[in-house]
Amino acid sequence: MREVFDFPGGIHPPENKRRSLGEPIRQIPLPEQLIVPLHQHIGEPAEAHVKDGQHVLKGQVLASSGEALSVPVHAPTSGTVRAIAPHAVPHPSGLKDWCVIIEPDGKDQWQELAPCADPDTLTARDLLRRIRNAGIAGLGGAGFPTGFKLQASEKQKIQTLILNGAECEPYITADQSLMQERPGEIVSGLELIARILDPEECLIGIEDNKPEAIAALQEAVKDTRIEVVVVPTKYPSGGEKQLIRLLTGKEVPHNGIPADIGVTCQNVGTAAAVYRAIVHGEPLISRITTLAGGALTREGNVEALIGTPIRHLLAEAGYAPQRAARLIMGGPMMGFNLPSKDVPLVKTSNCIIAGTEKEFPPPPPAQACIRCGMCEQVCPMELLPQQLYWFSRSREYDKAEQFNLFDCIECGACAYVCPSSIPLVQYYQHTKGDIRRQREEQEKSDRARIRFEQRQARLEREKEEKEARRRARAEAAERKRREQEKAQQDANGAVPAPAASGPDLETLTERCDKAREKVESFRQRLSEAREQTPEAVPKLERALEKNEQRLKAAEEALAEAQENQNQAQGETQ
Amino acid sequence: MTSPHTHASPSTSRVMQWVVAATLPGLVALISFFGWGYLINVLWCVLVAVVTEAAILRLRKRPVGFFLRDWSAVVTALLLGLALPPFAPWWVSLIAVVSAIVVAKHLYGGLGSNTFNPAMVGYAVVLISFPVAMTTNWATPLELLDSPPGFIATLGHIFGFAGTVPDAFTGATPLDIYKNEIRAELATTLREQPVFGDFVALGWEWVNLAFLGGGLFLIWKRIITWHIPLSFLASLALMSLLFGHDPDQAVPVQMHLLAGATMLCAFFIATDPVSAATSNRGKLWYGAGIGVLLYIIRAWGAYPDAVAFAVLLMNFTVPFIDYYTQPRTYGHSKPKRGLPS
Ligand code: SF4
Ligand code: SF4
Repeated sequence: MREVFDFPGGIHPPENKRRSLGEPIRQIPLPEQLIVPLHQHIGEPAEAHVKDGQHVLKGQVLASSGEALSVPVHAPTSGTVRAIAPHAVPHPSGLKDWCVIIEPDGKDQWQELAPCADPDTLTARDLLRRIRNAGIAGLGGAGFPTGFKLQASEKQKIQTLILNGAECEPYITADQSLMQERPGEIVSGLELIARILDPEECLIGIEDNKPEAIAALQEAVKDTRIEVVVVPTKYPSGGEKQLIRLLTGKEVPHNGIPADIGVTCQNVGTAAAVYRAIVHGEPLISRITTLAGGALTREGNVEALIGTPIRHLLAEAGYAPQRAARLIMGGPMMGFNLPSKDVPLVKTSNCIIAGTEKEFPPPPPAQACIRCGMCEQVCPMELLPQQLYWFSRSREYDKAEQFNLFDCIECGACAYVCPSSIPLVQYYQHTKGDIRRQREEQEKSDRARIRFEQRQARLEREKEEKEARRRARAEAAERKRREQEKAQQDANGAVPAPAASGPDLETLTERCDKAREKVESFRQRLSEAREQTPEAVPKLERALEKNEQRLKAAEEALAEAQENQNQAQGETQ
Repeated sequence: MTSPHTHASPSTSRVMQWVVAATLPGLVALISFFGWGYLINVLWCVLVAVVTEAAILRLRKRPVGFFLRDWSAVVTALLLGLALPPFAPWWVSLIAVVSAIVVAKHLYGGLGSNTFNPAMVGYAVVLISFPVAMTTNWATPLELLDSPPGFIATLGHIFGFAGTVPDAFTGATPLDIYKNEIRAELATTLREQPVFGDFVALGWEWVNLAFLGGGLFLIWKRIITWHIPLSFLASLALMSLLFGHDPDQAVPVQMHLLAGATMLCAFFIATDPVSAATSNRGKLWYGAGIGVLLYIIRAWGAYPDAVAFAVLLMNFTVPFIDYYTQPRTYGHSKPKRGLPS
């Protein structure tokens, strides 16, 4: 048996998982409309490639982006694009975002797929490309583009590849049902990911409250080098940082990523999606999600198309609106309230809870913090939540940062136990937002200040250089005058030097210097403009060119004059 | 409304109620060894506290009912009632409670914002203002009295309608007596005085054990952690063994631990979360500091007991302790120290 480590803190909220495990995963019939958001992942949004009224096939790319940190979005079924417009999306902010709205034609007709029966023939590069093109973004909840994560991990040597099957949040059983019913897909997906990363060990971490899933996976990993590691049930063991500590005893460094310590972590659902993408060529257009809560008569896990309106899912699960008090996407610990039932299911939606008043009573009014320290005892990140709260409240942001506010994973364990029912997580989110904004502003003004200082220094330098050149010229002229006098005296009545025709040497040198300065300054301004005011670039380029020509002319004139003089002097001697 | 959507564990009011419940064994022990004075004090203090709190909340335009229900005023009053001498006149306890609630708590911004332990501020105020009343009004153990005063008689003495308290009923605490008389006598002779009883100090040892029991219950209920009580008791014992190991010269260690307000302090006063240090490591330092100061003031100061001063002095140091005892956060190689730079 492998050693399982522990993490400090943690809580044991009522699990409420059995209720959604009564039936196997059900398929949800096609809804009347699919609302597919273009931005379901972390990173750059995808850009729509389809037009209003266009007919699309199932699996066809609807939108994509050239950015590395982005994933494409595919049509979940065949049908007609009815609109590309902002629509309510599941996001805590409640804001609207661009969506492709599709009316299914009921044929559910796939576009031509490129399955690969023998993925062993594919190179790591091919595998990565297929994962990226399939639009896979972490199905565990964060939605980080999987291809990007794997590619980033590829650069550092990965020792431990972890599949996260802990699923520690109450109510959610989407991963659990997947592990029970399709362990083969998960294991195959994991092996494919392992082909890319070539880790020393592959682990699947799972909480000990899921015996059926453990058994199924253990059966599936027979004859592979994959190890199923059972960890004690404790929230938030499924947090990436906590699971890594549980399985390896190592900690992701502050401000770092797991790859820094040779670990990478993927969700079990993501692994299954990788398998389907590579072996069947299917993009990510559906997912398993848990429908739970006392306001549903048919709780359970369903496989639904991305873009299915929540209203449709709830209707399928026997939603009783009169009993529902709260609609949550995600789990009760970290999920957020859904502003409306019209939002669609997205790649990261692992659970929808329609809770009754009794399950989710409104929080009692917050009382004063009595510094009882209960929050501190449960914080899995070993923070001092009560201090973070006090500093957030008093807006002492430097102190909040000193107490490592930004290491808070917003797991909610502290707020869960707080006897004064203080909405601690809300305070942290607010303060983090404020600090981020302040930082951005600070950065902006810093940049402006640096630019100003650089300019100031440049002007100063130019002035000095000019001064130095002027002095040098004066000295040279003086020297020359003396030499000439001396020569004249030496020559004793020799023919005086011919008067230079046109401007004398000094004026020419001066002109030349001036032209050079101008060119320099235009060059500088041009490079600045390239960074900040691109519209001014062509104008400056033209000006620079003109000045360069002038400089050349001045230099030529000067050279000529010098030659003349030398000759004249030669003649004199 | 944001995450988390569920909430467990007791409310602050419930926490306070458990604290009250945990003091009951100690209160019962006090009453049974030293008479009704303690019960009367406790009830009187609670009454004054609730009235004062309500009045202040009204003045500050806060919802009276909501804040009264946090029970914190009751706990403060209860601790004062348990710590004050049982025959202290009613106005002494009144001044103590009013100072605790008004000065120590509300002038600092209310529950949670107070720097100093309110009960101990109240105690210190009356100890400094009325040193005699605070030294001589301790009850003689009932066992040693031929006719112990009944409830009404005690009530009469405290509220002054039954004349002054007869001398036999009151005296100094055993700690005080030992400290003052050991200069002239040997431990064995001294211990023959009936107030010291058979073990440590008649009655007090049981009272302290009862508070210890209540305190362990709170630790078991996870309402307090073990850090402050343990480091406090350990440092007090250590100081006593280091500087007062000879019972013919100084108060012996068992008396430091089991007489006076030691256990009440360890589990109920020093652990007042609002004014204590925050992190677990900070709590260890904080408790140890109280132990050291308590010993110093008891051994070399002029006051009979020193819980109030020791606690208040350590309250001063809390911000400093907090900055230097941050835990190491996940992913950091070492803990941060000191003020933000
Ligand atoms: S649990 Fe709540 S009341 Fe207790 S210290 Fe933390 S924030 Fe304050
Ligand atoms: S929300 Fe933040 S502060 Fe609270 S327990 Fe979780 S990590 Fe700690």
